[in-house]
Amino acid sequence: MSRDELLEFDEVVAAFDPVIGLEVHVELATLTKMFCACSTRFGAAPNSQVCPVCLGLPGSLPQVNGQAVESSIRIGLALGCSIATWCRFSRKNYFYPDMTKNYQVSQYDEPLCYDGSVEVDVDGELITVPIERAHMEEDAGKSVHVGSLTGRIEGAEYSLMDYNRGGVPLVEIVTKPVLGTGAGAPAVARAYVATLRDIVRALGVSDVRMEQGSLRCDANVSLMAKGTTTLGTRTETKNLNSLKSIEKAVRYEMCRQGAILAAGGRIKQETRHWHEDGSYTAAGRSKEEAEDYRYFPEPDLVPVAPSREWVEALRATIPAPPRERLAALREQWGFAEPEMRDVAAADAVDLVAATIAAGAAPQAARKWWMSELMRRANAAGLGLADLAITPAAVAQVQGLIDEGRLNDKVAREVIDAVLAGEGTPREIVDARGLAVILDTSALQAAVDAQIAGHPDVAERIRAGKTQAVGVLIGAVMKQLGGQADAASVRALILATLEG
Amino acid sequence: MECPVALTSTDVARLADLARIDLTVKELEQFAGELGVVLDAVAQVSAAARPDIVPTSHALNLTNVFRDDVVRPSMPLADVFAMAPAVEQDGDSTWFRVPRILGEAA
Amino acid sequence: MSSLTSLTAARLAALIRTGEVSSEEVTRAHLDQIAAVDDRVHAFLHVDTDRALEVARRVDAKRRAGAPLGPLAGVPVAVKDLFAYVGAPTTCGSRMLENWCPPYNAAVTERVLAADMVILGKTNLDEFAMGSSTETSAFGPTHNPWDLARVPGGSGGGSAAALAALEAPVALGSDTGGSIRQPAAVTGTVGIKPTYGGVSRYGAVAMASSLDQPGPCARTVLDAALLHQVIGGYDPRDATSIDAPVPDVVAAAQSPDVAGMKIGVVKEFGGEGFEPGVERRFHEAVAALAGAGAEIVEVSCPYFPLALGAYYLIMPSEVSSNMARFDAMRYGRRVGDDGTRSVEDVMRASRGAGFGAEVKRRIILGTYALSSGYYDAYYGSAQKVRTLIIQDFRAAFSTVDVLMSPSTPTTAIRIGEPLTDLMAGYKADLCTIPSNLAGIPAGSFPAGLSDNGLPVGVQVMAPVLADDRVYRVGSALEALLEPRFAPLTKEAR
Repeated sequence: MSRDELLEFDEVVAAFDPVIGLEVHVELATLTKMFCACSTRFGAAPNSQVCPVCLGLPGSLPQVNGQAVESSIRIGLALGCSIATWCRFSRKNYFYPDMTKNYQVSQYDEPLCYDGSVEVDVDGELITVPIERAHMEEDAGKSVHVGSLTGRIEGAEYSLMDYNRGGVPLVEIVTKPVLGTGAGAPAVARAYVATLRDIVRALGVSDVRMEQGSLRCDANVSLMAKGTTTLGTRTETKNLNSLKSIEKAVRYEMCRQGAILAAGGRIKQETRHWHEDGSYTAAGRSKEEAEDYRYFPEPDLVPVAPSREWVEALRATIPAPPRERLAALREQWGFAEPEMRDVAAADAVDLVAATIAAGAAPQAARKWWMSELMRRANAAGLGLADLAITPAAVAQVQGLIDEGRLNDKVAREVIDAVLAGEGTPREIVDARGLAVILDTSALQAAVDAQIAGHPDVAERIRAGKTQAVGVLIGAVMKQLGGQADAASVRALILATLEG
Repeated sequence: MECPVALTSTDVARLADLARIDLTVKELEQFAGELGVVLDAVAQVSAAARPDIVPTSHALNLTNVFRDDVVRPSMPLADVFAMAPAVEQDGDSTWFRVPRILGEAA
Repeated sequence: MSSLTSLTAARLAALIRTGEVSSEEVTRAHLDQIAAVDDRVHAFLHVDTDRALEVARRVDAKRRAGAPLGPLAGVPVAVKDLFAYVGAPTTCGSRMLENWCPPYNAAVTERVLAADMVILGKTNLDEFAMGSSTETSAFGPTHNPWDLARVPGGSGGGSAAALAALEAPVALGSDTGGSIRQPAAVTGTVGIKPTYGGVSRYGAVAMASSLDQPGPCARTVLDAALLHQVIGGYDPRDATSIDAPVPDVVAAAQSPDVAGMKIGVVKEFGGEGFEPGVERRFHEAVAALAGAGAEIVEVSCPYFPLALGAYYLIMPSEVSSNMARFDAMRYGRRVGDDGTRSVEDVMRASRGAGFGAEVKRRIILGTYALSSGYYDAYYGSAQKVRTLIIQDFRAAFSTVDVLMSPSTPTTAIRIGEPLTDLMAGYKADLCTIPSNLAGIPAGSFPAGLSDNGLPVGVQVMAPVLADDRVYRVGSALEALLEPRFAPLTKEAR
């Protein structure tokens, strides 16, 4: 557990201006690795996807994956970056057992993409986050630590290395320092990463799944005393595995640094790790001196020099920014601002769009996802996209309602059956005999029976007190075991009494 | 450009640490002297490097050498581990086994 | 017929093709010669006897079956022990890789096998190719067949000595600052460094990637050209491989005609530090070319004297990074892993024990030259001097077809000869380094003996992708100058 002194958040932002910077690593969804033809498939047996190149065997040489370069340029363009006309790969030299060559092929002072910006919507307010660079590099392998209680590196007796991930293409996206966000800093950090994730996802170049590590984020935080202009000493927090943890970690670091500075102390420039279990950051094992990565141009590779034509052709493939797309969809679907914001916040835009594309009316699609399905997802601790139901199935349920074959109550039963894996909505309706009674003679018989059974109510309705019809509807529905469409029953009762 | 040309054995020890090589005290002293001689001899290189000269990292003038994104078979596991100093196996999973790690990744 | 081991590769190939001798006989003759002399020469680290004979028999069967045979089919070849060859150790002359057997073949290994050549074994070299004498090999020095008390040059001393001792007709080498040409010079053999990118580096254990270039070693110019033709050409696995046809080096090696050719003599390479006998042979060679109709002009390359210094910054920098993978985690000799020591300690101990002094020295120097605060002064400056060297060559080749210089300042030194200082040893590569920095092709050709009776080599340098010019001048020199043979080989011829 943390034993850090923390300053109240309100006091921090009263005395200091926070400065944040975010480094995001996106794993590209190419079929092969950055510098060799090994598969990048997730979840294979350890060390089953390695070759002389990514295992760093003597004499092996890297070959650049052209698709990875193209995806990197597209990310750069989507972030409004300039694309270098000529740039090189560099070697970043450091020893670590997850790096088979003990250098990482990366880019140093000549990034492929530079000087961009991202518009981030934070509770309706647009904030511009400036992008310093986006560059290409290779991922490292994964390690399992053995002999420590919690599988942590501290106290481990030894470690096991799996190099399947080694060499998978990464794009590292680095912001410039973001100033002036005040109390909004934690929310801005979170919203930036969420926006970046949406932009990259819309490009189709990465899964961008934080929980699988295909999007990883490090957050730099420092505080600047109000009224000064010199940046404070920053810390870099790693191991941020969700949007929520980014927000919480930035807030925590602000409060921790605020307490130190308020007490006249100094911030130590260090790497810290976010501990999700206790919601705190802790310093990594400190290094005796700053790392010296001894970057130099990678002599095994030739420069990348994207032509104007290539870049322009790729620019034509960049979809509208998610924010603009949202505005267009809102218009098209006729949603109110808050409705659209909720859909976006719930990561349901694509689900709703797909449901509409499968034939459902926009509002109906929205309601299914944002109420019934949201409730079930929350109860199961899942995201909407992880529910075992497809947008097509949701549209089919709505179609059955529109046909008058299901009422809302039965439809909910059908949804539960779909989630339980019993089949498509139509299959379930047929198998369970759940469809509402459409047979008019059967309905008429029930209506007649209940009118006869409630002569006083029938009389009141005939006298113009139509609100009393509810009693008869309830009675008919009860007789039919709920398998009728309430609106049809209502119409039939009124017609019978008038006739 | 100014270049320091004398290296102490402390300097060499720091470099050996960066390069992850155990050196004996004798090697430290010997290398400090020898590298000083080399650095002396290369001092003229720094002197000739005027600011207006474009550095050459590679004699070749090639650019944009790319590979298609097509998967090829990886190595058989037997080859992967044939030369490994230490491995650990658990069912279908095999890893390279390395001593406990003290430092931090970059 | 004279002894099979004294014949050229071209002649052996012709005899094998016509069925006058079998590849097995040729291979056996060379294996016998290795058995007879290699305890004195120590050119080989590994002799692949069984497989060599098996391959030879396969080539013979192929000939009997009437299959077409390539220009060097059935001819034995020795391979420098830094090219990966499945089924045999690739040690790079280092304890670190003492038992390392690669799971894949180098591009050049693949190509000699595809050409039906017979790999005799792996030849000795300075550890990871770092040296100019083959003395830094962890497995003991190679002895120069001209005088067993002397070095055969380096790093490819094993390949060069194997040729001079008639243990192999041709051999594979790699040249980073002169490792093919300098051994060729001091053993009286032919060694060519092709244009950078002309021969794939895939599977050649790297020393300094931007300078390394595999190439052919032989006793005659034509043999070198035939081997060059076999190993040269585009390979997509090496991103620095040139996608262009191999210059017609075989035709050039058969055209000893320099009439009308303009040959520049590098003014900067001579005088102080050069052995008088070396300079005399060089000037005689140039005079002979003039006599054959070449026009000789003196050319100044003012930045060449800086090449050695630039090389000793660029090369160790790349070395420091290329050697980092040898950490004993995935392969290589692990030292000190007693279950209690950290990975950092075990890496340090393994590298301390696995690398010899010269490798450590260069790693330390390169680590320094790249370290923050010194990069601009050292590595950055060296890259600028590299630009100046390229400009020197460009200017020279605008007026002459080829450049010439002695290959080395001196003849072979004695094994274990104490050096006045480290740089004195490094100066063996003084004349060969500029062409590595510029990526141009260059070759060393025998030019007779110095006053001490030891071989002298002269160097021919040509523009990028004009490798054929190197061979043309080389074949002229071969035709004009009297051939010399190492005393050790008298019994064999």
